[in-house]
Amino acid sequence: MENTKYMNPYLAGVLLGLILLVTIFITGRGLGASGAMKSVVVDAMTVVAPEHAANSEFYSKYNASHPGGSVKNWLFIEVIGVAIGGFLSGLLSNRLGFKIDRGARIGNKTRLIAAFAGGSLFGIGAQFGRGCTSGAALSGMAVMSAGGFLTMMAIFGTGYALAFIFRKMWI
Amino acid sequence: MISPLVPNFINSEISLVVALIVGIAFGFILEQAGFSSSKRLAGLFYGYDFVVLRVFFTAAATAMTGLILLSYFGVINLGLIYINPTFIYSALIGGAIMGAGFIIGGFCPGTSVCAAAIGKLDALLFVAGVTFGALIFGEIYPFIKEILTAGSLGDLMVYDALGMSRGFFAFVLVAFAITAFVITSYIENRVNGKAASLLSFKPGKSKAIIGFALIIAFALIFMPDKKSRALTNLSEMNPEMLKSEIEMIDSDELAMWLISECRDIHVIDVRNEENFKRNNVPGAVNIPFNSLSEAEWRTELSKTDRTNIFYGIDSEEALKAAMLSKILGDNSEAYALNGGFDDFKTTILDIALVDASKIPADKYKFRKNANVKLAEIRKNSAAKPKPKKKEQKISGGC
Repeated sequence: MENTKYMNPYLAGVLLGLILLVTIFITGRGLGASGAMKSVVVDAMTVVAPEHAANSEFYSKYNASHPGGSVKNWLFIEVIGVAIGGFLSGLLSNRLGFKIDRGARIGNKTRLIAAFAGGSLFGIGAQFGRGCTSGAALSGMAVMSAGGFLTMMAIFGTGYALAFIFRKMWI
Repeated sequence: MISPLVPNFINSEISLVVALIVGIAFGFILEQAGFSSSKRLAGLFYGYDFVVLRVFFTAAATAMTGLILLSYFGVINLGLIYINPTFIYSALIGGAIMGAGFIIGGFCPGTSVCAAAIGKLDALLFVAGVTFGALIFGEIYPFIKEILTAGSLGDLMVYDALGMSRGFFAFVLVAFAITAFVITSYIENRVNGKAASLLSFKPGKSKAIIGFALIIAFALIFMPDKKSRALTNLSEMNPEMLKSEIEMIDSDELAMWLISECRDIHVIDVRNEENFKRNNVPGAVNIPFNSLSEAEWRTELSKTDRTNIFYGIDSEEALKAAMLSKILGDNSEAYALNGGFDDFKTTILDIALVDASKIPADKYKFRKNANVKLAEIRKNSAAKPKPKKKEQKISGGC
């Protein structure tokens, strides 16, 4: 199976920007991603430990502002869409298949542990930053929020600062 | 119909359908752009692949430019959209933790979902990690709560923070992005061992698009927002033109409307606060002319079942205020009071000082009667709490 080439990045950027623009036009706010995971965590906690969820501000506040749980959560539904869209694109371009992307110098196990660890950090960071690369940086920059630019610079700045330490994982 | 469409034009069920559709489009483009490969994403930090930078900056610049254009044409109310609030410490701490997560995990949350969908197992673990991270945060939340809200700067706009005009900042950003595209192409070629010169930047078919982007970006500098455009239009109108656009009422009519309660009227005093406090039309609210164009008043002045009556120091100020409200797209019917506040004061409020023989008896009787009723209205309205002036913003949160 021959992989189809990736889209021209500038074209992809313009299309992505237009999708973001339409989203803001219709809903009054931008795209997001990490909010979906938060919504799942809050739902799970509400089911598993309802007392804890009711007493802890983090969960109770979220439940109060997002009634109906994940199935009625805008960001959760959006991220379900992201998965569907990604799958359709992979299907169309012959990129479906189980695979682990990693640098040549590390094994699969290391890569998977690093992916989980990196994801955990991102999950924590996104809560601090009130959004991730999509919700805080990209959407924040589009609406010209100072916080959006600040978060973007902190994400990429730290990435570069730590790149040397973690170079073995990628190059 | 002015954007945003939620919650006034679209209900929450349809909004979820919109979520699914834009999500699919978002995921599709992310995958097509190559964001489903952690190796490509991490390339940004090692100089072998800058695809993230290209897509990310192009997308942010496109959406930003689009928003400025839509606001210029008055189809979107930028005052109503969600502006990510700025909290210095949590933005920096969160950004730094996310940066570490990016270089270690090779994804960000959105791209990991998209990559997991085509079978990338590392992405699947990243998604699990993000979920786990949110749980950790939920559990440590009581201990770090203070950091989250420290250094709050509210809805600070980046161009205000930098002391630039909005249009100029937009231009600088687009110019910066294009410069970055050229330089990173050069770096990319060097790192990948290709012959490199700054001229080897090949945006392919997008050359025309980039040229177009630059032209639009340049135009943004000179593009005033809707507010300043409205004020310019207004300054070009003379009193005669204003009178042909705005209907005027006199003090007797205003008193009649106030006491009869047959129609819902909203009386707006556009004089300064000092004048307003000294004396005013009973039941009136004070929106000084200088702040009339601010976004926070739009909802209050746009109720279709209510009639706005503007009054000022004189007829002209009232006419200008009513016209400005009309230009800014307020939906309420607007009238201007002829003669200014002083006319209303001498005619109605100070009727006791008037020599009754100088005006027709029925008029005098009406004004006397109105005066008494208005005193009651003033008493009642003083007891009522002040109207909420801030309109509800779209709440966000990722």
